[in-house]
Amino acid sequence: MTAILTDPDEALAGVEDGSTVLIGGFGMAGMPVTLIDALIRQGAKDLTVVSNNAGNGDTGLAALLAAGRVRKMICSFPRQSDSWVFDGLYRAGEIELEVVPQGTLAERMRAAGAGIGAFYCPTGAGTPLAEGKETRTIDGRDHVLEYPIKGDVALIAAHAGDRLGNLVYRKTARNFGPVMATAAALTIAQVSHVVEVGDLDPETVVTPCVYVDRILDTKAGEAA
Amino acid sequence: MSTVEHLGRGPLGREELAAVVARDIPRGAFVNLGIGQPTTVADHLPADSGVILHTENGMLGMGPAAKGDEVDPDLINAGKLPVTELPGASYFHHADSFAMMRGGHLDVCVLGAYQVSRRGDLANWHTGAPDAIPAVGGAMDLAIGAKQVFVMMTLFAKDGTAKLVPECTYPLTGLACVSRLYTDQAIFHLGPDGVTVAETYGIGFDELAARLEVPVRRG
Repeated sequence: MTAILTDPDEALAGVEDGSTVLIGGFGMAGMPVTLIDALIRQGAKDLTVVSNNAGNGDTGLAALLAAGRVRKMICSFPRQSDSWVFDGLYRAGEIELEVVPQGTLAERMRAAGAGIGAFYCPTGAGTPLAEGKETRTIDGRDHVLEYPIKGDVALIAAHAGDRLGNLVYRKTARNFGPVMATAAALTIAQVSHVVEVGDLDPETVVTPCVYVDRILDTKAGEAA
Repeated sequence: MSTVEHLGRGPLGREELAAVVARDIPRGAFVNLGIGQPTTVADHLPADSGVILHTENGMLGMGPAAKGDEVDPDLINAGKLPVTELPGASYFHHADSFAMMRGGHLDVCVLGAYQVSRRGDLANWHTGAPDAIPAVGGAMDLAIGAKQVFVMMTLFAKDGTAKLVPECTYPLTGLACVSRLYTDQAIFHLGPDGVTVAETYGIGFDELAARLEVPVRRG
């Protein structure tokens, strides 16, 4: 049963120290900023964060990093023109970094959500990112053994959700959201619009409600 | 086919290079353009090319850069710049977007590079400098995924050394994955038989061959 919440702090209740947190978004598109701000207030520390980037500017994920709450970052592209918070922590040796090719990052989470134990992937074979990993030649091509990334918590943003937890997204803000929703024990989605059951065309639902535990209605929060 | 030598002119400018790459993209191809200079290839595709652009962050049918009222924070490209959608566009999540790539469904991708080796190895994600923060993004997935990988770069580094090399010295992005190399001074086709020079710009074949450590043949 999906909980529909209007209080961001209630939405983040129960996140434990040492959790692996999957955070959606590509740049700022699909970034669950309200949930990240609530995670900062919530206080869980020693986190492993999985996200495509490692924060932009001083808000959202960058603010979580700046608060010293992240032990390890797993991402494809930490270095950006405005990733100064991460850059500083990394250069000071205060954060671990695991760089994963972007498609492998997505697929490792897909595997976690789909109950796949591991998979052989050609991406990265023969490169420094395959060092220390088992490699097998399949059909004449080298493949690298990759393991799932399972989250304790996923924080994602969607366009609309119904009261059962079905989600639809908007344009390229979809990005990692549907994959992360499947890969975590507790999936929390912030949505711009909460609609009644039956209002979403079943043919267009992207994330079925089975994957979603809590919905934060960000519009309700603005009105309050 | 023999090497076409464009003499009595200088090397290709950046826009000219983008236009040459655009010229060689087949009509109706599904294409991913990398961040930076490769993105500019889109500006040189003919209006009737039928080319459908893929962006790694989950879209086919990407249109030109968004301007003014068109800007929508939910609609960006891989470089995180606002773009537009064309009729017939579609959206999909990241695992599907990279399955499309890795699964060999894209005809061409165009990438930048630090170095390309004679057998088509690509180095474009990391300088290997001790203080550099590694960031790979979708480069490795694209390098091994697209049916054809086109690289565009300057042929020589600022210190005059060629970036087409016998073996890459920078960390690799992918092995034997580059099929064509577009540079300001020459266009190379790479394959199991080695490197052939399809065209030169502002330099003759013999002088070009003399400046490279990699053996090249006339096309």
